[in-house]
Amino acid sequence: MGADNKVAIEVQGLAKRFDDVQAIAGVDFDVRVGELFGFLGPNGAGKTTTINMITGLARPDAGSIRIGGIDCSDRPRAAQHLVGVVPDESNLYAELTGFDNLCFCAALYGMGKAERRASARELLDAFDLTKAADRKFGVYSKGMKRKLTIAAGIIHKPGILFLDEPTTGIDVASARQLRQLIADLHRAGTTIFLTTHYIEEAERLCDRIAFIVSGRIVRIDTVEHLIQPIQERHVVQITCANTMNDIQGKLSESFPELECKTIKQGLLRVVSKEPVRVGPLVRFLEDHGAEVFEARRMRPSLEDIFVRITGIEANAMRKEKEKAGGGQ
Amino acid sequence: MKLWIAFWNILVKDMRTYYLKPPNISWGLIFPLAWTGMFFIKSGSGLESILTLLPGVVALSILFGTTSLLAVTVTFEKKNRSFERLLLAPIPLELLMLAKTGGAILFGVANAFVPVIMAAFLADLSQVAWGAFVAAVFMIAVASTFLGLFIAVAVSEVFEAQTFSNFFRFPMIFLCGLFFPIERLPVFLKPLSYMLPLTYGVDLLHGAVNGGHAMPIALDLSLLGAFCVGLFAVSLWNIKRKWIL
Repeated sequence: MGADNKVAIEVQGLAKRFDDVQAIAGVDFDVRVGELFGFLGPNGAGKTTTINMITGLARPDAGSIRIGGIDCSDRPRAAQHLVGVVPDESNLYAELTGFDNLCFCAALYGMGKAERRASARELLDAFDLTKAADRKFGVYSKGMKRKLTIAAGIIHKPGILFLDEPTTGIDVASARQLRQLIADLHRAGTTIFLTTHYIEEAERLCDRIAFIVSGRIVRIDTVEHLIQPIQERHVVQITCANTMNDIQGKLSESFPELECKTIKQGLLRVVSKEPVRVGPLVRFLEDHGAEVFEARRMRPSLEDIFVRITGIEANAMRKEKEKAGGGQ
Repeated sequence: MKLWIAFWNILVKDMRTYYLKPPNISWGLIFPLAWTGMFFIKSGSGLESILTLLPGVVALSILFGTTSLLAVTVTFEKKNRSFERLLLAPIPLELLMLAKTGGAILFGVANAFVPVIMAAFLADLSQVAWGAFVAAVFMIAVASTFLGLFIAVAVSEVFEAQTFSNFFRFPMIFLCGLFFPIERLPVFLKPLSYMLPLTYGVDLLHGAVNGGHAMPIALDLSLLGAFCVGLFAVSLWNIKRKWIL
């Protein structure tokens, strides 16, 4: 990648249709060198299709893609050399050991024997997989598989790494370890394109985020800028034993300065421009038959922004994805 | 980039992962043995008929060995998405598919020599024109492998690949002159025989083992070569059309 070129990935007017479904409809964005760019959206929004088009696994109907200044339609192989891809499913060879899988992936990029063996050992060590190096990939746990798949994606030392849902379907400890690995790669200067449906993960890791819904990008900005409009707001979440659907209207009448919303049965979210006085609110609820267990101040999060911009409940998106790919 | 490193490692990986596994090695041994035994018993003749049967058995061993394994090395890898890893690598598609099929070609050639070794214990093979025989074996292995590739990329499930393979393989047993001369086939079936690549490979083998070709050697080789190029080109076109959406 040219040092004078500050853009690692440049996508313009990207479009893709599958039969009668417009999967991607005129997507534009760029990812800067060294940036960790998040691509967020619900299932079927077009995240994987976008990655597939950028990496050469799918052909765009329209638009242009440049990677490291290279036009992907003119020199696809040269562009592929610059990127590493970690797909949403671990797709290494079950019959090969962890070590052999890494060596094989390195060979695909033309690395010599001594170099690929040294790199494989180094990565197994960095990813805490040395003890499993001689075990077949097929017997690895989900977390170990994800780690080895990431290692396979970076063994040829690409400047740009595509991570498609890296923490989906693995346990909490492994997910945490993976996030640390991603942060380390980012610190080391790798440009990372991350798709995820875990909004808090994107918020924690990414420099900039694009929200994609139904094949269109609805917003791109830094995490800081995205959160700014709601940072001055105060949010309190109240947990009760019984339903409050019927008293939501009365609450709004009695506390017109508050924006009250029942999130689900027994969970009320109160938003205000001023700090929320919890005492009168709890008393009011108890006077109306609700048994209040907890009132907790919530930090405004990217999730609130995501819901506001896309109209999609983040919880619903997470559950839908976990149903399809296993829970975290 | 050193493309030969990628080519060689794909080939070696497939050989280690698929071809050199005990079930495949036994397939390579048992299958030709079973065919030889079956036709030997059916012919009811003595050991002198071995040389007549040998070209057909060799051709079948290659055909079944190569086409069966392509369903695994290509269709199975596509199904479990490990094939995507190869498509993402900076390797030209033509080279990638040659590497993927290289193992099957070698497996087919090795399979061909199993009945030859068995025949060597029972018959005099001194009259065999080995140069022409090896060339024929190689060309049949390449054509069969590319037929297997054509089938493997035309379907999405491994079982579909096996069933679709039989659609081509079983008619070939009877139509390509393996055990019954094409001249003895009903007139309406003869054009079909000449549309199948194995017909030309078997003609080469019959000539190398027993002498006397039905068609000129150059024509056999040219047509087999044309089938190889055609099947490979159609397979690549199918991969681009169906797998790189």
